[in-house]
Amino acid sequence: MTTPTTRIGIAPSKLARRVILGIVGFLFAIPILAMIEFTLRKGLVGGYTFDHWTGLFDPANASKYDVVYTGLVNSLMLALVTVGIVLFVLLPTMVLVQLKFPSLRRVLEFICIIPITVPAIVLVVGLAPVYSVVARIFGSSVWTLAFAYGITVLPYAYRTIQSNLGAIDTNTLSEAARSLGASWMSVFWRVLIPNLRRGIMAASFISVAVVLGEFTIASLLSRQNLQTAILLMSQSDPYVAVIIALLALAFVFLLLLLIGWAGAAGNSRRTQNRETT
Amino acid sequence: MTVASDQSDASGGAGALPRRHPHNGSIIIRRQKRGLAFLGLTPFASYVLLFLALPTVIAMATGFFDNAGKFTFDNIAAIFDPVILKTFVSSFWVSALTSIIGAVVGALVCYALLGTRPDGPLRRMIEAASSVLAQFGGVMLAFAFIATVGVQGLVTVWLQNLFNFNIYADGVWLYSVPGLILPYVYFQVPLMIITFLPALEGLKPQWAEANATLGGGRFTYWTRIAAPVLAPAFFGSLLLLFANAFSAYATAAALISQGSQIVPLQIRAALVSETILGRANMAGALALGMIVVMIVVMTAYSFLQRRTTMWQR
Repeated sequence: MTTPTTRIGIAPSKLARRVILGIVGFLFAIPILAMIEFTLRKGLVGGYTFDHWTGLFDPANASKYDVVYTGLVNSLMLALVTVGIVLFVLLPTMVLVQLKFPSLRRVLEFICIIPITVPAIVLVVGLAPVYSVVARIFGSSVWTLAFAYGITVLPYAYRTIQSNLGAIDTNTLSEAARSLGASWMSVFWRVLIPNLRRGIMAASFISVAVVLGEFTIASLLSRQNLQTAILLMSQSDPYVAVIIALLALAFVFLLLLLIGWAGAAGNSRRTQNRETT
Repeated sequence: MTVASDQSDASGGAGALPRRHPHNGSIIIRRQKRGLAFLGLTPFASYVLLFLALPTVIAMATGFFDNAGKFTFDNIAAIFDPVILKTFVSSFWVSALTSIIGAVVGALVCYALLGTRPDGPLRRMIEAASSVLAQFGGVMLAFAFIATVGVQGLVTVWLQNLFNFNIYADGVWLYSVPGLILPYVYFQVPLMIITFLPALEGLKPQWAEANATLGGGRFTYWTRIAAPVLAPAFFGSLLLLFANAFSAYATAAALISQGSQIVPLQIRAALVSETILGRANMAGALALGMIVVMIVVMTAYSFLQRRTTMWQR
């Protein structure tokens, strides 16, 4: 596998690469290893035990971990509603703009990037009054927080869907379908959505990841989600809090690995197709 | 009737042409369809208006009003109070320091990844891990560093036992501003990897070939070709890292429970207690101050981004 860059000699030597990645990798592994080591500690007396891990799955402790359980359920529900917002509000708009209003593409992109410039900590200042109205209409249950999360995931969801949308020729596809007598509905459902499957999946996964890691808005609007629950838990049982944190990090890591894997699989399939034609 | 419509068309300029088309009806239908399509944009438009535009405007505007709802510059003036100004300064230097460290180390990692297969397992693992740490760590990173360099942390105890070196000889710094440096670097480096790697990938092998045929070595390649091409991307990523650290809240909130040494924590204090310096609506003024900084940084970022994509075609 000598890629052009290695042949010309601008890529680092094998040794340099190993040294850089080794040192940085080692330093970055320390905090994670420290977390694992911490969860195995036997309290202040010293020594190691698996009790904190096994205790987590002990039904006798269920009431102790109620906070985390509620937080997890809330976060999963929020993730579901947020993905719903991405799929039923953002996605149709992006397809519509791509097909019918190409001049609005830049505007849409600009809007979707705004949440980077207006971070959650700023947004939450203005969200407080908005949510006092939202609570009057929808009640004050947790899922309403998904309206705010839909905004925080915009940059991520937009980028993943757009990279898929830009890679397929939407105009030719929809014109071909239309000339064969398909209605706009079936163009959307039966032609475009199947082609956008990869982008849709990646956008959903990344939205789930963002929602599971969100703390700022939930904490400052005094709602319970996974992150606020972990922080609360850390005051009564730090071991369990760290275990949950590790599990959450591992889960999100796998989720993102899956996105990368699906993306790579789609790419290789496409290049294969190109080679056969 | 035709005369009247012709007159109006003549004044309409370009709009006059399609009207003369014999199939007048189909154009009207197409116009209606276009209107219908516009209607399709309303859910997203109203959603963004309600939950992005409105909160942003409220956040910026509340700073200009006092408790009784009267217009005032008091809160804005209060940003320049030494207490608040100090938090802005702290936010600035923590963000600047961690973004510079993050940019340099991250760029080094990107360089090390040059020449590896983009869809290989190594690259995929590093990209996924970087995404996790850069964007979703928050509270959990605070835990990680309490477990590492907390008073009873792994590294703290290890350094004490092996080298008899007490990192807290001058007092515990983890729960104040200096304590933010390590966790912030921990999410800045991965963010640099994610944002800078595509730019480094954009270096075309032809440029290296041209350099080699003209007798240039590795050194000339990096200083005379790669450095100028990569400079906008590097500084753009640096700015993004700065913005990222400047607006980070979760890690700081989980580490620092007492006091508000940086701006996001000052906003927390203002929201929770509603009074800082005895003023109401201070959160709005602080939010405005933050947005101003973010807009300046992100405008510079998008300018540099445009320079970057010039070379990626």
